[in-house]
Amino acid sequence: MARIQYPKVVTANHLLEGDVIYMTASGKWSRKHEEAKLFEDPQEAELALKMAQGQAHMLAGAYLADAQLGSNGKPEPVHFREAFRTRGPSNYPNHGKQAEG
Amino acid sequence: MSVIVRDNGFEKDTWELEGGIFIDLEKYGQDVMERDPSKTAIDIPNDVTIESLKGLFGSASMIRIPFPSFADGRGFSLAKQLRQHGYDGRLRAKGHIIADQYGFARVCGFDEVEIDFEMAGRQPEEQWMARIPDQELSYQKRLMGQRPLRNV
Amino acid sequence: MYNYNQFDHDFVRNRVDQFRGQVGRRLDGSLTEDEFKPLRLMNGLYLQLHAYMLRVAIPYGTLNSRQMNQLAMIAEKWDKGYGHFTTRQNIQYNWPKLKDTPDILDALADVEMHAIQTSGNCVRNVTADHFAGAAADEIEDPRPTAELLRQWSMDHPEFQFLPRKFKIAMTGSPNDRAVTKAHDIGIRMVRNENNEPGYEILIGGGLGRTPMIGKVVREFLPKADLLPYIEAILQVYNLHGRRDNKYKARIKILVHETGIDTLREWIEEAFETQKAYHQAPPQEMIDAIEAQFQPPEFDTAEVDEEKLADALSSDPLLRSFVETNVSQHFDHNHAIITISLKPIGGTPGDATADQMRVMANLAQAYGYDELRISHEQNVILPHVRRDDLPEIHRILKEAGLATANVGLLSDMIACPGMDYCALATARSIPVAQELSNAFEDLKHQQDIGPLKIKISGCINACGHHHVGHIGILGLDKAGVESYQITLGGDGTETASIGERAGPGFSYEEIVPAVSRLLDLYMEIREGKDDTFLDVYRRVGAEPFKQALYPEEAESV
Repeated sequence: MARIQYPKVVTANHLLEGDVIYMTASGKWSRKHEEAKLFEDPQEAELALKMAQGQAHMLAGAYLADAQLGSNGKPEPVHFREAFRTRGPSNYPNHGKQAEG
Repeated sequence: MSVIVRDNGFEKDTWELEGGIFIDLEKYGQDVMERDPSKTAIDIPNDVTIESLKGLFGSASMIRIPFPSFADGRGFSLAKQLRQHGYDGRLRAKGHIIADQYGFARVCGFDEVEIDFEMAGRQPEEQWMARIPDQELSYQKRLMGQRPLRNV
Repeated sequence: MYNYNQFDHDFVRNRVDQFRGQVGRRLDGSLTEDEFKPLRLMNGLYLQLHAYMLRVAIPYGTLNSRQMNQLAMIAEKWDKGYGHFTTRQNIQYNWPKLKDTPDILDALADVEMHAIQTSGNCVRNVTADHFAGAAADEIEDPRPTAELLRQWSMDHPEFQFLPRKFKIAMTGSPNDRAVTKAHDIGIRMVRNENNEPGYEILIGGGLGRTPMIGKVVREFLPKADLLPYIEAILQVYNLHGRRDNKYKARIKILVHETGIDTLREWIEEAFETQKAYHQAPPQEMIDAIEAQFQPPEFDTAEVDEEKLADALSSDPLLRSFVETNVSQHFDHNHAIITISLKPIGGTPGDATADQMRVMANLAQAYGYDELRISHEQNVILPHVRRDDLPEIHRILKEAGLATANVGLLSDMIACPGMDYCALATARSIPVAQELSNAFEDLKHQQDIGPLKIKISGCINACGHHHVGHIGILGLDKAGVESYQITLGGDGTETASIGERAGPGFSYEEIVPAVSRLLDLYMEIREGKDDTFLDVYRRVGAEPFKQALYPEEAESV
């Protein structure tokens, strides 16, 4: 069974704050997954990751995560781990991104 | 070329300029008689046993231990073992060592650290000098009278 | 209680300054992220799923009210008003900022605490029996030795870059409350035939991917030989431990692959060298440490037994609290209280800043200013007068800290899991919460009796699932959370590793599966003293597997 090849987003943690961040279409960083740029082309994604890794002064631990276009036309995570990263801990609904609404 | 870090700062590596040679441990057995111990440095891997080194102490005036990665701490134990078993020649650490480890290297018995220019540029001299071990702040010295610290 | 001397103060402050410098050097590019990571880890700072996490050591689990109040202050000033107590007698803050961390470390140093070596491939926080110095069954207080080892391990130049992390645990009682057999080194205080005090040393225990019970490497080590012997173990491990595979790098694999007898020879040889080379710790330093762990001057007034009995008989909640959460103290007028941080439906091990202050105040008012943290993620008041139990219980109740469930089903260990941890493969906290809610009736839990459920959110086993009577391991199975059950584990002096029961259960199925196990247990046990673990050891896995997988059982 071939694995489905999903599009990617570039994600990392903000170096000073620790927050989860995503690379946007303009190459800047956003705290919102829905503002992430969705990379359909694997090579383009790798290139964007290299760019992210070059920004070590402001982020840590950049990697590519699977994502897909959601029903609202914006990117959404595929794996449950990435879904948790867009929200925050399930035991404190008032902590993390989910608290910001 | 590399940079040598000692307690008095960055230095050029003059060992070979002054006629010294480095020889791998595995080739050490060849032509022993033709070599001048005072000009001989042995490169040892960091996974040798201390037993296999004991016979070499008199025939080399430097031993060099590699650090393939700063996270590989075997060199620290090997240096300490060499000192514990009586090696009193020059002891050099070479490879990926960071300034934050300089004190550890010194207290384990290294006299000096050999780094490349990239590292010397990224972590300049003052960062290394800030980590000259302060023996007044060593629990091990208080508890066990830790000894290997020299800079020949 | 150990109080810092000037040296300790200077050492810890210097370390904070070093870390402040390292943060600056990470920001200015002197240190790469790869180089900075082990340095921040050695100062307790992780980068987790949603934020940084700071792990603060509570050496051998002992602290006083001033320290607990400071932990509360830190929770409010730099975090979200709570902290999480862990299985290794640490407290974790889940939301600190990198730039605030040096200030937090300074605030810790103000009260003689630190986060040094709470992570990294070095000797971690030395843990000990949480009832040390109070338990009725204790041979000798292990904490002076644990403090000696804490000092010895601090910034040890040779052992900061070991193949992998290294955990030491100690007990001074024959009843092992410190899981010493599941540590890289387990130390038990013993006496030899001449009644001289010394240590039994075990190595190679551990949980994680390859769980192992520690093996005895030295049956009796005289007290004076401790440091050179431990130094020898670490040197042999540092030189010979595997570095080619992270999952095979712990000392347990070296013990397994080399054999305990060969390893013992290597260690003994290194020990002779260390002993000849180093001086023994000066006796006045040993004495100074031991003097600080003397028991407090206990109030010797006799407890009014009649009055206490009246209070117990008129208040069923108090009675049940005393039955489950209070343990025997060596002094007959005193008792040990375990404050459960496992409210029904709560997050195991979490305490709010207000709760920390309540516990600190109780320690100050009723507990000779001593508190302990247990590896089971609870807080202990080790010395309280028995006639104060009703008043303490009343205050705990008001603070939501009087759950009478210690040792029962809802007194679970759970690691942070995928709600926080970057390594996790599944959540563990919500599983603990749902199990707790499903068995919310404490009477029912009391009826089930002593039960250890332990939940880990990945193979690293921080939730100790291998030594749970019922262990739950959360995994990622093709993008879905899946929970594997192990049965019959035990972390005490009769330690054993739980056996895997079969295929995993989905998040929705795991609570009903545990319920089926307990239904079966209640059905086949021979009375209330026949515990879950007793029954499992007697009847074996098969009936429990049939309860877990009824459809397969029918089709056979």
